[in-house]
Amino acid sequence: MSYLLRRIGFYLFTAWAAITINFFIPRAIPGDPVQSMVNRAQGQIDSNAIHSLYVLFGMDTDQSIFSQYFEYLGQLLRGDLGLSFTFFPTPVSEVLGDSLPWTIALVGLTTIVSFVLGTGLGVLVGWRRGGWADLVLPVTTFLSSIPYFWLGLIAITLFAGDGGAFPSSGGYDPGVTPSFTWDFISSAVLHSVLPAVTILITSMSGWIMSMRNMMVTVSQEDYITVAHAKGLSERRVMVSYAARNALLPNVSGFAMSLGLIVGGTLLMEIVFSYPGVGYELFQALGAKDYPLMQGIFLVITLSVLVANLLADVAYLALDPRTRREG
Amino acid sequence: MSEPVLEIKNLSVDYGMGPDAVQAVRDVSLTLHRGEVLGLAGESGSGKSTLAYGMTRLLPPPGVVSGGEVVYHPQDGAPVDILGLNRPQLRKLRWSEISIVFQGAMNSLNPVHKVVTQLCDVIKAHDKRSTPASRRARAAELMKLVGINTDRLDSYPHQLSGGMRQRVMIAMALALEPSVVIMDEPTTALDVVMQRQILTQLAELRERLGFAVLFITHDLSLLVELSDRIAIMYGGRIVEEANARQLYREPLHPYSLGLLKSFPALRGERRELTGIPGSPPDLRAMPSGCAFHPRCPRAFEPCADRDPVLAAPEDKTRSVACWLHVPGAGRTAENSTSSTTARS
Repeated sequence: MSYLLRRIGFYLFTAWAAITINFFIPRAIPGDPVQSMVNRAQGQIDSNAIHSLYVLFGMDTDQSIFSQYFEYLGQLLRGDLGLSFTFFPTPVSEVLGDSLPWTIALVGLTTIVSFVLGTGLGVLVGWRRGGWADLVLPVTTFLSSIPYFWLGLIAITLFAGDGGAFPSSGGYDPGVTPSFTWDFISSAVLHSVLPAVTILITSMSGWIMSMRNMMVTVSQEDYITVAHAKGLSERRVMVSYAARNALLPNVSGFAMSLGLIVGGTLLMEIVFSYPGVGYELFQALGAKDYPLMQGIFLVITLSVLVANLLADVAYLALDPRTRREG
Repeated sequence: MSEPVLEIKNLSVDYGMGPDAVQAVRDVSLTLHRGEVLGLAGESGSGKSTLAYGMTRLLPPPGVVSGGEVVYHPQDGAPVDILGLNRPQLRKLRWSEISIVFQGAMNSLNPVHKVVTQLCDVIKAHDKRSTPASRRARAAELMKLVGINTDRLDSYPHQLSGGMRQRVMIAMALALEPSVVIMDEPTTALDVVMQRQILTQLAELRERLGFAVLFITHDLSLLVELSDRIAIMYGGRIVEEANARQLYREPLHPYSLGLLKSFPALRGERRELTGIPGSPPDLRAMPSGCAFHPRCPRAFEPCADRDPVLAAPEDKTRSVACWLHVPGAGRTAENSTSSTTARS
């Protein structure tokens, strides 16, 4: 238990470090949001308007960067992430609240399905090494080497657009309003098919390969031979002796990818104009929208940390060797 | 001598298939009698472990049993050829009749399961009527049998010392009261003190439970003390087989003599330690004739050309494969080409 507490302490420290870096990096990028708005308006804004924009965004005061930093920390503690510049005057937390569910639902589900299917297939392929199952390997190598945006574009060309069965962009039909109605849900599901399938194709092969390789390694362990010699059923040897041990590295990989759900699918959301966090980050970057960027980075950081904590817990549960005696 | 419990007949084991196959065990015949300890000795690469894996069909690919029979004689019932059993039959026979204690004491236990789970799953697999409580009771009994406190049942393997782990493996091997226990270098990874303790305990257990042991080791001194009979393996073959005392007092094969001379005797007259010059044969390019002749201090005329056959020299109750013990081998070399005709 004290081990877990120490881990939590470590993650709190990491979170603080990440928040600090998160604060300083956007401010180190040249240019500011007003400047980028002026650029967008192509010089059609007079200097008074520019000044009022600075006042509006709260960038007129000559606060030192450190007092800004402490103010930022204080706001964070109150759950105030500031106002988004691009979606002014919507608070960042609200913007995130709109986009997070899309990303978490689509990418989260896809990640879990991909892990479960990929690991399961990897177990079988690794266990039946040397047979027909090895034919899966060149296929997975090929699939995992496809650049994601290319696969996405191909999918859109083939299955969406004119006469295609699936919509090419967005999270739902513009005609329906988000609510718990059949119309909305079916529309959302239809919109998620192409993004989900493309993610699945590219990410699952990674799980298959890593699990297969671990299975092959573990199969050569002495305790597997002992299990066979004990006359246990093939299934029991495969599941409770081989797969149970081979799973361990994959579990930490899985926790990592859970952490990256929030921010790791930027490409997918851009390609499919999916209304998730990645797409929002893309927009925020273009508009130098500090508060939104910071908000998104914060969410990504925290989810990676939480995922790491989950991985630690999972490891404690799955591998007795990591437990301290006490 | 009592009836046989396990007969290995002309067993050959290859690694790989076709012309590139390497023959690791060549035409080995051995008989294990009920309740005896048969020692199998030889240096690394002589094929002794391969023999153990081959006869129990545990050989990982690319190992293949390319010929022979392994006949098991159950206490009551007809003898069965292990190599001819189908999967369910084989599973049923494994551990309940023949159990194995493996070389790697450290890695023989599944690291993610408790000791009790691993002791119980084998009981469960072979006795469907057992209940969780009865299995646990049996596991506790087994732990006591090998002298481990029963509060260790809920330990994980990494919480046990090497010696304890090997004892757990021995306890596990005895779980179903098999008639044969194969031990493949069971004490190699342990220190000498622990080795002694475990072997003493093993001897007691065998006395009490009456199982037969095929004890595989490179440590001939250990076998001399422990076993009833000893077979010496070299280059995938049995080169000498005799009862332990005979072999120790009067080894017939120069290789056995070499092995005996490579360790000091604790008691008895002083001997000079010499060891065996050279290195084990390359299985891909076995020497012609007797595989040992390039290293043999007493090699003579027929050794390089013709393979000696394992046979009883004259009227003795032992066998050896060496031209030195074939009367007239040197003289008949010119007018005979096949090893069988050269035998007297």
